[in-house]
Amino acid sequence: MIVADKKPIEEIIEEIKEYENILILGCNECVTVCEAGGKKEVGILASALRMYFLNQGQEVKIDERTLERQCDHEYLEEIRDVIDKYDAVVSLACGVGVQFTAEKYMEKPILPGVNTTFLGATEERGLWTERCQACGQCILARTGGICPVSRCAKRVLNGPCGGSTGGKCEITKGVDCAWQIIIDRLNALDKMDTYEELSPIKDWSTDRAGGPRTVTREDVQQ
Amino acid sequence: MRLEYPASIKIIRVPCTGKVDVQHILRSFEKGADGVYVVGCMEGDCHFNSGNLRAKKRVEQAAKILDTVGIGGDRVRMYNLSSSEGPLFAQYAREMEELIQNLGPSPLKLAKKKRAA
Repeated sequence: MIVADKKPIEEIIEEIKEYENILILGCNECVTVCEAGGKKEVGILASALRMYFLNQGQEVKIDERTLERQCDHEYLEEIRDVIDKYDAVVSLACGVGVQFTAEKYMEKPILPGVNTTFLGATEERGLWTERCQACGQCILARTGGICPVSRCAKRVLNGPCGGSTGGKCEITKGVDCAWQIIIDRLNALDKMDTYEELSPIKDWSTDRAGGPRTVTREDVQQ
Repeated sequence: MRLEYPASIKIIRVPCTGKVDVQHILRSFEKGADGVYVVGCMEGDCHFNSGNLRAKKRVEQAAKILDTVGIGGDRVRMYNLSSSEGPLFAQYAREMEELIQNLGPSPLKLAKKKRAA
C-alpha cells in the first residue's frame, strides 16, 4: 500500500490560514491503514483546527468528510454537490488523491494534509517499511522475492557491496542488507544457482527516468 | 462509602479506557470541558491486556495537540487505580478539580464568550 505520514498541524494551519470554509477530506484506503488520513485522523485534525481558529478569534468553518477513495472518479464525484460551499479542501489522501481531486475541481485549492512517503507494508502497528519503488520492471523472480531496488541503498543488482557487515547495511545499523536477505532466501529455497547468474543491465526507462508513466489496458477499457 | 467528589466533574463511563480515543478528548474540549482526565486500571492489570496503556498514549497525543492549538496540554491527565480504591478515585477527582481551578477556564470558553459579545 501507499504509506503516508501526518503533516504537523502547524504546517496545515499555515496552508489554510487565508480560508474561512474548509473541508477536511479523508480517504478510506491506504492512508486509513497507515493511520495518517482516514476518518479518525480527519476527526482529530478537524477538531484541532476548529479549536485553534476559535482560540485565535477567527471565524473558520471546518467540515469533515471521508471518501472511499480519492483516486477514482466515481468517489470524487460524491463531493461535487458540496464542494462549492468551501474555499479550500485539505486532502488527507496520498499525493495521488490530492492531485486527482485537484484535477477534478480546477477552481478549488486542494491542499495536502499528509506527506506521502513510500510503497510499503505494515510490519506492526506503528511501523511501516518500504518494499517497492514501482520501478516498472519487476525482478523479484531472480532475487528470491526480496527487492534490491527498494531495499538496497545503492540499488545494487549484483550484490552485496563491500558495505555489508553482519547482515546490516553500512548506511545505518538498523537497516538490513537487502542482499544478505536475498542470499538467505535463495539458500532457503535451494536456488543459490540463480545467485551466480549476473543480472543484466536494468532498463530504467520504465522507472521515473522515462518520465510520468501510464498503464493502458485496451482489453478492460470501455 | 458515600464518598464525595467535586460536582463539576462529569463522568463518562467506558467499557475500558482502551475505548477512549484522542477524538473523544478533543471533542470534550470543543463541547466546553475545561479539563479531561482518564481513570484507568493499574498498569499491568488491564483485563484486555493493554487498554490502559493505549489510553495513556492517547492522552499524551491529545496533550500534544492541545498544546499546539493553544488550549494547553496540562488540561488532560491519566490516572490509574484499581476498582476497589474509591477513596483514591475521590482524591484524584479533587486533585484534577484543583488543577483546573488553578488553570482557569478553557481558552475556548473565553473565545466563545468574546465572539458572542
